[in-house]
Amino acid sequence: MKALKILILVFFAGIMIYASSDLPFRGDPDNLMHAEESITGTTVKGSYFIQNAYRDARTPNMVTVVLGDYRSIDTFGEQVVIYTAGLITLLVLRRSKRRSE
Amino acid sequence: MIWEVELIIYLFLALSAIVALEVKDMLVAVVMMTIFSFLMALLFVAMGAIDVGFTEAVIGAGVTGILFVVVVFQTSRKSND
Amino acid sequence: MNRQIDSPIVLLGARLLSPYIMLFGWYVIIHGHYSPGGGFQGGALLAASLLLIRVAGGSKLAELQIREFATTPLAVIGVVIYFATGLVAMMMGGHFLDYEALPIPGMEPAWLRYTGILIIEVGIGLAVMAILIMIYDNMVRGEDYA
Repeated sequence: MKALKILILVFFAGIMIYASSDLPFRGDPDNLMHAEESITGTTVKGSYFIQNAYRDARTPNMVTVVLGDYRSIDTFGEQVVIYTAGLITLLVLRRSKRRSE
Repeated sequence: MIWEVELIIYLFLALSAIVALEVKDMLVAVVMMTIFSFLMALLFVAMGAIDVGFTEAVIGAGVTGILFVVVVFQTSRKSND
Repeated sequence: MNRQIDSPIVLLGARLLSPYIMLFGWYVIIHGHYSPGGGFQGGALLAASLLLIRVAGGSKLAELQIREFATTPLAVIGVVIYFATGLVAMMMGGHFLDYEALPIPGMEPAWLRYTGILIIEVGIGLAVMAILIMIYDNMVRGEDYA
């Protein structure tokens, strides 16, 4: 069983290394995600965010502008998800101190 | 970052993951997972994703470590795996 | 868990470290416009500083900082700050979460967006801090680990 476990791990690592050999290099300006136009000819929205983030919100940190302004409804949904997780622990795990004694 | 330093970080990453899987004491496994999170945050920073690295360092190494320690104290400390 | 370890060194270290972590958390929230960070990371740092005292000192000491029943209302307040910002913007004639419509007089639209981002970051920070403490309090079920 132990040999099978190691074999599966090695096989999985081989698959991941093979898949990552096709990724683009980091920081290459010719990457597709840094282009102004995608392959199909539509404009990439990220280039608009990069060029106009400081003009729109006077904030040097682009990530904050994207998370808090352009995509703020996504952040709101994320916060509701965290809140729901807290409420579920409240409902499932809560046990009052007096009842357990 | 210099690629030799990144290679060393990758080696330690794999080492800490293997130790966390194979060790018998669960508290050691939690500490190894914390080390894994810190090295992962370091790699994220090296890749240029500073916000993701910051989140990984705070959540993965700080708060998740505390919650896992609570879980280890509430269940058994030794794994019979 | 009936393990009672009275270690003054651990408690002293936690008490020494906790205020600085909390200060750094507020710095990360407020300064998120200029440096990496934001509401989520800052809230997690605030929660870490409070959880450190809870782990090291037990619930009797932690009740002096933030009570157990106070965490749920704080989380609700954090979510409501975010939601009310978007709702006020919608009532003043803009879209939902369109900060240019916020009723703050004497500000350009760009600086209104700056202020709106700051308000929602504080909301996110409060909610994340309260929820992480709430999860810890519900997990230990009223027992002490100190």
